[in-house]
Amino acid sequence: MSAETAQTVVTTKAAGPVGPAEAPPAAVEVHGVHKWYGGHRVLDGVDLTVRPGEVTAVLGPSGSGKSTLLRVINHLEKPEIGYVSVNGEPIGVRRHGDRLRELSERAILAQRSRIGFVFQNFNLFPHLTVLDNVAAAPVATGRLSRPAARELAHELLDRVGLADKATAYPRQLSGGQQQRVAIARALALRPGVILFDEPTSALDPELVGEVLAVIRNLATSGTTLVIVTHEVGFAREVADRVVFIDGGRIVEQGPPAEVLDNPRHERTRDFLSKVL
Amino acid sequence: MSEPPGAVTLAEAPPADPPPPRKLTAQRVQPLRRPGRWIATVVVLVLAAQFVHGLVTNPFYQWDRFGYWFLRPTILDGLLITLEVTAWSAVLGLLGGILLALARLSRSPVLRAASWTYVWALRSIPLIVVLLFLYNFSALYKTLSVGVPFGPAFLTFDESRLATDMAIAVIGLSLNEAAYAAEVVRGGILSVDQGQHEAASALGLPKGYQFRRIVFPLALRSITPNYVNQLIGLIKSTSLVFYVSLLDLFGTAQSMGSTYPGDIVPLLLVVTVWYLILTSLVSVVQFYVERYFARGATRSLPPTPLQKLRTGLRDLRERARREAAV
Ligand SMILES: Nc1ncnc2c1ncn2[C@@H]1O[C@H](COP(=O)(O)OP(=O)(O)O)[C@@H](O)[C@H]1O
Ligand SMILES: [Mg+2]
Repeated sequence: MSAETAQTVVTTKAAGPVGPAEAPPAAVEVHGVHKWYGGHRVLDGVDLTVRPGEVTAVLGPSGSGKSTLLRVINHLEKPEIGYVSVNGEPIGVRRHGDRLRELSERAILAQRSRIGFVFQNFNLFPHLTVLDNVAAAPVATGRLSRPAARELAHELLDRVGLADKATAYPRQLSGGQQQRVAIARALALRPGVILFDEPTSALDPELVGEVLAVIRNLATSGTTLVIVTHEVGFAREVADRVVFIDGGRIVEQGPPAEVLDNPRHERTRDFLSKVL
Repeated sequence: MSEPPGAVTLAEAPPADPPPPRKLTAQRVQPLRRPGRWIATVVVLVLAAQFVHGLVTNPFYQWDRFGYWFLRPTILDGLLITLEVTAWSAVLGLLGGILLALARLSRSPVLRAASWTYVWALRSIPLIVVLLFLYNFSALYKTLSVGVPFGPAFLTFDESRLATDMAIAVIGLSLNEAAYAAEVVRGGILSVDQGQHEAASALGLPKGYQFRRIVFPLALRSITPNYVNQLIGLIKSTSLVFYVSLLDLFGTAQSMGSTYPGDIVPLLLVVTVWYLILTSLVSVVQFYVERYFARGATRSLPPTPLQKLRTGLRDLRERARREAAV
């Protein structure tokens, strides 16, 4: 398994750095994003490019702005300066001459449905069955008929190993199972990129593995993933690139072998010595 | 009560030569004794018996006249009016309350202020004043029309006095009810976990869908008990429509009472019993509605009274069997 993963990583890397001029647009591009909460600066000029099919692990101390960065990417938070584009399309704004104009709420919702998001606390809808949790979004956004959505939901539940839980309610499941349902729910919209905000941090240690296995599976199947995680071992195994954030800035980024095993910055070394 | 063998005894340990303490594994725990509960039960039962005895035997209540009035057609007509006014006001009031709550929670400062002002005004003005205002207003204008100010009217209603009185009652009660329902609904919406809003937004669910299928159903869990409370108040508030010359249950009893002054007490009893019945029906419906909205909120649904009775009996039987075995 891990040998295979390593291979994938190598081939992805062999593609070499993709310049902005080349044909496929970046899966995610963060352009000079600044974000304040009141007078408190949380993101301080973040630039980041994620290529299609790439798996990016975001590491950093608590409070460094990792969640905020993910939430800016799908526009749950509006950046004060800068913008994000996903597959070449600016999110939450459109270009108007040399300015950016805010999009309507409706348009933003449509954009979000093309970006998957998996929360630390799962946030499944407690009053819907597992199947309806997964099938709701494709129907509500008008992409699939109800029967087609249910069929897709069954397929996805099978893929995350929960085919037998379709009729259960979320609170009847373990944390690991709930998080796997949440991943299936995100997949149901066939998003171009999936963002994970500490997907295993709310889980008991013995349940972490089953969720990581599902994410690993996505990583090897070529889905673009951005994963905020404290699982350094997992990041080393599946990520094509590791991004280390501190104080709202990207301190360093690069292949796991560089950032995790050979960090150039004092702060990265500090952080890694604490979590390893 | 005989001690089961091996029960933990604390007080009765013999003073000298204590036996070696027995092992505690696999022993049944004796339930805590609750003498206070038994005393309270006896006191309550005696008081209740006295109360019922007084109710039945005291000639003051004239139970024969109660029997005479209870199912009289005039009383039933009044009951029907009460039910109609309540049902319309409950539905219209809730709809109005939902709109007011949404306005209050919206991002538009104008809508927020308008909603706040409405709730403030209608909660401040006594319902009876609202009703009398509407009543005099309608007497003044004879025809009430709904439409563009100074423009064409979409809806005009007058004529039949009963229909007008009914409309006044329903409008007055709904206006009042909406103000209270707005706060109930708003509280319910605010009680929904922020994570649910975020998950719905992150999936890109359309706004209307988010409210109808995610937020509102979750809010209903806390809206239901509060709104039922409101509804029970409403059932009784309908007795005020008497002042806009609509003969509801209470109004009918009142007017019968002035015709037959000797029957006032049994008539009041008739009204009381009918209101008790209505409230009980609402409570039963409430139980099942709450149970419905509890889906998913707990690992298993709360038992129905019938299920509770069944498990209660089974527990008793098992306990008796255990005691007998000891
Ligand atoms: N809604 C908010 N209002 C004010 N401060 C916030 C808010 N959300 C996050 N913060 C602050 O922003 C900083 C970054 O938060 P976050 O992105 O959640 O960090 P991380 O996910 O890396 O732990 C923290 O200092 C946090 O206290
Ligand atoms: Mg975080």
